[in-house]
Amino acid sequence: METNTYKNTELLRFTTAGSVDDGKSTLIGRLLYDSKSIFQDQYDAIKIASEKRGEENVNLALLTDGLKSEREQGITIDVAYRYFSTPKRKFIIADTPGHIQYTRNMVTGASTANVALVIVDARTGVVEQTKRHAIIASLLQIPHLVVCINKMDLVDYSQEVYDKVHDEFEDFASKLDINDITFIPISALLGDNIVNRSSNMDWYEGSTLIYYLENVHISSDHNFIDVRYPVQTVIRPYNDDFHDYRGYAGRVAGGILKKGDEVMLLPSGFTSKISKIQGPDGELTEAFPPQSVTILIEDDIDISRGDMIVRPNNSPTVTQDIELMICWFSSDKELRERGKYTILHTSQEVRCIVKEIRYKLDINTLHRDLESKEIKMNDIARISIRTTKALFIDPYRKNRITGSVIIIDEATNNTVAAGMII
Amino acid sequence: MSYHINHLKELESESIFILREVAAKFENPVLMFSGGKDSILMVHLAYKAFFPAKIPFQLLHVDTGHNFPETIQYRDEMVKKLGLKLIVGSVENALKSGLVTEEKGFNASRNGLQTAVLLDELEKGKFDAALGGARRDEEKARAKERFFSHRDEFGQWDPKNQRPELWNLFNNKYNIGEHFRVFPISNWTELDVWQYLSIEKVDLPSLYFSHTREVFFRDGVLLADCEYINKRPEEKVFKEIIRCRTIGDMTCTGVWKSNANTVEEIIEEISTTRLTERGGRTDDKRSETSMEDRKKHGYF
Repeated sequence: METNTYKNTELLRFTTAGSVDDGKSTLIGRLLYDSKSIFQDQYDAIKIASEKRGEENVNLALLTDGLKSEREQGITIDVAYRYFSTPKRKFIIADTPGHIQYTRNMVTGASTANVALVIVDARTGVVEQTKRHAIIASLLQIPHLVVCINKMDLVDYSQEVYDKVHDEFEDFASKLDINDITFIPISALLGDNIVNRSSNMDWYEGSTLIYYLENVHISSDHNFIDVRYPVQTVIRPYNDDFHDYRGYAGRVAGGILKKGDEVMLLPSGFTSKISKIQGPDGELTEAFPPQSVTILIEDDIDISRGDMIVRPNNSPTVTQDIELMICWFSSDKELRERGKYTILHTSQEVRCIVKEIRYKLDINTLHRDLESKEIKMNDIARISIRTTKALFIDPYRKNRITGSVIIIDEATNNTVAAGMII
Repeated sequence: MSYHINHLKELESESIFILREVAAKFENPVLMFSGGKDSILMVHLAYKAFFPAKIPFQLLHVDTGHNFPETIQYRDEMVKKLGLKLIVGSVENALKSGLVTEEKGFNASRNGLQTAVLLDELEKGKFDAALGGARRDEEKARAKERFFSHRDEFGQWDPKNQRPELWNLFNNKYNIGEHFRVFPISNWTELDVWQYLSIEKVDLPSLYFSHTREVFFRDGVLLADCEYINKRPEEKVFKEIIRCRTIGDMTCTGVWKSNANTVEEIIEEISTTRLTERGGRTDDKRSETSMEDRKKHGYF
């Protein structure tokens, strides 16, 4: 590898979800192994561990199961992050368990992903878990979805079987909100269409999985239209060289900010101009997502954490009444109608009251249950809340950063739900 | 449209975001500094995150008394240059006061003793957040770690009961006596760190570069000879050209045969190696889950 090719490498985050025996761990093991990201001592360690467990082959799943209890039970409980890279891109895998009781982990992994890999066993086709994964990918608005139809070697690399699973999935997905779906027939065990093109499936004309991951267009996954800049903290040096310096530190959540641009400050509504953009390496002429910068403005206006810098003619909704789709995380407490919680949104922290539980979504059928008010762990529901202070919000569909919240239980301090603004 | 940044700039941006969240959300955060490249990277990122203001964190170094002298020299120079305040938690003093007891035997190490001293310092300083340079690619228990990792009043980590972490919203709520460990460079790999340090031209301790040292073999790992290690009679000392891939205590840091003299040569070396970074850390080799076990008790 040329020593400086890394200066042009892009970062892609993807999440993998599959049911228990569909070969997800084998697929990840394969990606890590073929990209030479498994080290000899790691391999030796899982080889010894596999032997101790009395297994015949080296169990690549042990690479992703980090905790003692996971190894004991042979299941993945928590999200594990894995890393590998090719000369073109660096990849972060959020490897999440597929079982229903771990929906919350799938949601967690999905929240930052550019791509979701849904793995389907060619022999069984679309099952309940496949549907659940697709629904979560849709709810969390993962921009790209890849359906890996796995174990093609066990169905004689049959195009008919592939077509059947393909149509089944497409039929179901038409009811969802997913823009970009790609299907790839693979055998994770034997390596067909993972890194190398399979010679067993001449009928398949698409790309290999790794080619897809290296080339899928992700630079428009951010919102570059609507300027949103939540202020994280104020930088005040208090020294002689920078006497009147007041910089607003933050990470651009949307749009492109340019030096000299007219901006509006929320909640005050005052307008001013950007006088300087300080980047990590010095002054910049513009800033865009996901850059962390410091912005200085011309006028002396009181701005602090929780405020937002936007453009005068393009403001988010400023409101205390918010409609949310939530995924409930807590195992010991149900969601309480009229209950009070703390919520975090961009750099704001406020309290809220749950005004109404509108319906519970059946995650397997998409049916809306208007009667049930019992929202338990892993349930998806639509609710309305009222906050103590106005938030500056966008629909989650429009911006994943200004469109998301987490809900915290005030008695236990636990994060009990994730919410997507409608 | 050409509005995109490379992976290192994206990781930098993510880490700066986390560092600023910590400064804004906690009352009294501290940055754990070991003298290794990851904590050097942390200081460098913190400098960028708050420029032109000073880094708003004190540094905390848990000194086992078994550090490489090069580490201590680097630490003191850096602290002076940046005008930071350094707190040193001393294992030596903790041994004298009876807070901890020295391990015995050939593999004795003060690595485990650091935990008690670290927790003691966090309590004394009333720190509610301790920033650390741990990375998820280092070790399998660390792969499950959160950016904001909650610790109970005993400093314990409960890996099965971690708070879900979504988008860029970090829950930092705690009760009195509890604290957080925060890991801004969670998503960096060893290679990312070196590539970034190379681009940024960050000064590093001489230990990371190839030099001649007196060494000996133990359990297949090359260790630097020093007064803190009891050698077995058959363990013969010889001279070798080596460098450190990680820097911990002299008692548990394996050194590495290498001719890499520049950061670019180090990048070349680790992009072709077949061994992990912590492969030479005897503290990880004590059992299959030694990192998880130590972390549960408050190790960082």
